[in-house]
Amino acid sequence: MQFGLSESQEFLKDSARKFFAGECPSAEVRRLMETNTAYDAALWSKLTDQGYTGIIFPEEYGGVGLGKVELMLLMEEAGRALLPGPFFSTVVLAGSVLDAVGTPAHKKRYLAPICRGESRATVAILEAGASWNPRDVQLSAANGKLTGEKFFVSDAAIADFIVVVARNGVFLVDSKASGLKISPMSGMDLTRKLYVVEFSNTPAEEIGSTKDLPRAFEIATTALAAELVGGMQRILEITVEYAKTRKQFGKPIGIFQAVQHQCADMYLETESSRSAVYYAGWALEENSPDAATAVSIAKMYASDAGRAVGNRGIQIHGGMGFTWENDLHLYYRRAKSSETAFGDATFHRERIASMVIDSGSVCAKSA
Amino acid sequence: MDLNLTAEEITFRDELRAWLSTNVPKDWSEWREKPIEESFPYLRAWQRKLHEGCWAAVSWPKEYGGRSATLMQQALFWEEMARVEAPPMANSLGLGLIGPTIIACGTEAQKKRFIPKILSAEEIWCQGFSEPNAGSDLAGLQMEARLDGDHYIVNGQKVWTSYGWVGDWCELVVRTDASAAKHKGLTVLLVDMKSPGVEVRPLRQMTGESEFNELFFRDVRVPAENILGKVNDGWNVAMSTLMYERGSYGARLHLIFKRYMTRLIELARTIQRNGRPAAEDPVIRQKLAQCSAEIEIMRFNQMRAFSRITATGVPGPEGSIQKIFWSELNQRLQQIAQELLGSYGQLLAGDPNAVDKGLWSYAYLRTRGNTIEAGTSEVQRNIIGHFVLGLPRSY
Repeated sequence: MQFGLSESQEFLKDSARKFFAGECPSAEVRRLMETNTAYDAALWSKLTDQGYTGIIFPEEYGGVGLGKVELMLLMEEAGRALLPGPFFSTVVLAGSVLDAVGTPAHKKRYLAPICRGESRATVAILEAGASWNPRDVQLSAANGKLTGEKFFVSDAAIADFIVVVARNGVFLVDSKASGLKISPMSGMDLTRKLYVVEFSNTPAEEIGSTKDLPRAFEIATTALAAELVGGMQRILEITVEYAKTRKQFGKPIGIFQAVQHQCADMYLETESSRSAVYYAGWALEENSPDAATAVSIAKMYASDAGRAVGNRGIQIHGGMGFTWENDLHLYYRRAKSSETAFGDATFHRERIASMVIDSGSVCAKSA
Repeated sequence: MDLNLTAEEITFRDELRAWLSTNVPKDWSEWREKPIEESFPYLRAWQRKLHEGCWAAVSWPKEYGGRSATLMQQALFWEEMARVEAPPMANSLGLGLIGPTIIACGTEAQKKRFIPKILSAEEIWCQGFSEPNAGSDLAGLQMEARLDGDHYIVNGQKVWTSYGWVGDWCELVVRTDASAAKHKGLTVLLVDMKSPGVEVRPLRQMTGESEFNELFFRDVRVPAENILGKVNDGWNVAMSTLMYERGSYGARLHLIFKRYMTRLIELARTIQRNGRPAAEDPVIRQKLAQCSAEIEIMRFNQMRAFSRITATGVPGPEGSIQKIFWSELNQRLQQIAQELLGSYGQLLAGDPNAVDKGLWSYAYLRTRGNTIEAGTSEVQRNIIGHFVLGLPRSY
């Protein structure tokens, strides 16, 4: 048993960190977040050149064919850099859904262009009730047409097509389709834009069944948790650096235990989230019987920890932490958005409860 | 990353399983609630049996009677022991902490003299570290050792000594140079507890039992050859002991905590809350789920730490994360048990209405000690702050 990263995994993580440091520094994040879509074509083509847009998809569709653990490492580094734009929506979410539910023909037509960096996409799931429980989806397609609304759809305005979860299947709507209206929602996270998507007798192509969705959503859920880990890591780094240099009462504030112990807790929360995310990534890759539980454990813990680490980081920065110019709030905003997306900690605790209490199954397999 | 067991790990586990299935005592449940003074010979016999199977100290090098087990194999060892609810070993400090320190820092003569009897439980070891005025600030300890010819004369007091009442030998940290900076004047002595001038008193703790002792030393003569490591290098020797303590202790807790959870879930199905089983109450469900998840995360953290230590070769300050995590988690777990049991949670062993023979009231009180023993949570956070994050020393 070996729970460390392999050499090639270390290499991927390290090169992703360097890539994002070079191509997506804080100034670029701030520039993009002020735009309407937070999308930048030049950055996208560089992501494509790195192979990131096809990272986990089969080579026959132009993907790189890496595993879920590798995806989590990439998302961790993307989260650390606060990568703006539709990478999560397109690659992690739409890509995984297409990969899970589509026929080979669909994949050739829709997944391959994602891998090649030619298409942006997203998945429309939530409705007015904002429930992450798939049972609560009301929208239904009739005669190849959709009528209704979806909420909190990430990056819809920049998507070339939208994958829509309906009661009676998974459908695909082209961005130029008739009766499609996309209006921005003003979300807290400025780097990942949210939209209301309205369908009015909009033509939609059925691409698969909802029964194959859970695994794709589990990949997306874990990837969000991985992104949260990267954000926590960055907040921890910024905060520890600040605690070493900021002086009050003639001393660096990090010498005071009230400050130092909060940093220690940030470290504990970050590392524990990371352990849970890596485990979930591995369980997904191996199709381990405890994968669904492991995903919920990771998302539950990282959702709460992401907020807690942000709270502590801002508090330790004092007044500086409350300013617009400090990057902390950008991470804090993303953390809130990622906390609720694909179910917050309360949602996942109930899922864990149903798996652990109701079915009586053990939580995770032990060796 | 590959979380599947390797062929060697499976072989190790299967061999242990087979051995345990024929050798683990079946009557431990009848003994476990008796006072430890009464059950101690039983625990000695169990350790002797493990030693005969070469299972008493799997982490030790083969040449010293161990199996040179990797950290993962050690984790498997404790998991298997917990799985069959094996009794603890009588000489747990000797096997877990002091033996490894002697192997690492001792002379050949010391290894020859002490190691075999640690393994066979013929000689029980205790640890003389904390003093009334030196707890978290261990380096401030005052027990004096003055050289007199080829002996040290030791005077002073130790406290919180587990197994003091039954200890044959003690790993004792003393001050040999009062003029040196506090970390630099310490030495570790291996002391025969039957030496004249050693007095052992029980220390009654808040649970009502006496797991620990106070030790009083009055002009105790210790041969200078019983120095472990070098004179005035005792801090480093003591720290290597504490690294073993923080590094390995958590490994056995996963299954123990899981067993607590399984029992709590069972209880939640029968205990009524607002007219339905507590297992259906959303608040209780949230809390049980949180706890179950954290028990798994404790294990994930542990496995990651083991992999890191295996790669770097030394247990590091990451052990502090484990210590904080398991001790605080155990307290949360016991609080949930109390909420679930309501008024019954307070009933002590012996009360006819007590749930699980008073296990939960005992555990609730006992877990208060978890965040204090083996380095308080505050000390662990200092270690993370200073040694992991590089923040300035706060003390």
